[in-house]
Amino acid sequence: MNRIRRALLAAFVFAIARPLAALAAWNKEAFSAKTPGDALKSLGIRDAAPTKDLHVEAPEIAENGAVVPIEISSGIPGTTALIVLLEKNPFPLAARFEFKEGALPFVKLNVKMAETADVRVLAEAGGKHYFAKQEVKITIGGCGG
Amino acid sequence: MAAGPMKMRASLGKGFTDVRVLMTHPMETGLRKDADGKVVPLHFIQNLTVKVNGKTVLDAQISQAVSRNPVFSFRLKGGATGDKIEVSWLDNQGESAAIETAVA
Repeated sequence: MNRIRRALLAAFVFAIARPLAALAAWNKEAFSAKTPGDALKSLGIRDAAPTKDLHVEAPEIAENGAVVPIEISSGIPGTTALIVLLEKNPFPLAARFEFKEGALPFVKLNVKMAETADVRVLAEAGGKHYFAKQEVKITIGGCGG
Repeated sequence: MAAGPMKMRASLGKGFTDVRVLMTHPMETGLRKDADGKVVPLHFIQNLTVKVNGKTVLDAQISQAVSRNPVFSFRLKGGATGDKIEVSWLDNQGESAAIETAVA
């Protein structure tokens, strides 16, 4: 009895675990990149144009690099993704948000920054890429401990 | 510190729904050392999903650079009181959590 139950349970777990794994795509190559350029290459982004329609709000000076608030909103029509790069972190790519029908291209999050650096945000709209930057000065880095 | 419960608030703004969600998660970078000098292994949320009434509206991939106990704000088009918002996450060790709330 127990053996049958265990076999059924295993089959069930296998059945639901597979689609979950398929759903949970995570771009390991891009997130493991050690320079912003390599991260962008792994994301398939070749060139991006500067824009004033992408708003990045971050503190000019952050005392604690462990919690740096960043607010991003895109005024570019048809924005489908926002990408956050912390240029001098050991692994610069911090996040990629994909907006589908029903979500506005807006996000607010807290990140860790190793040292004073640019926060580079990219927006994807109609197959093109745009970027905006904001420098954040860090007093105490937030990556080690 | 282990991963734990989530908190979420969804409220109507002018023409959009404001969603604020808090996750309990250590977001270990794999670079930090504990009191004994041992490196604390990499442990961080990799995927986030936001659903409205069962439909996915936002998918995110994040790195260990997101701060401990992540807080995110998102905005959804329009919306009405009672809309069901669900946010879930999955981390690099296979742990996951989800929370559902109705728009207030």
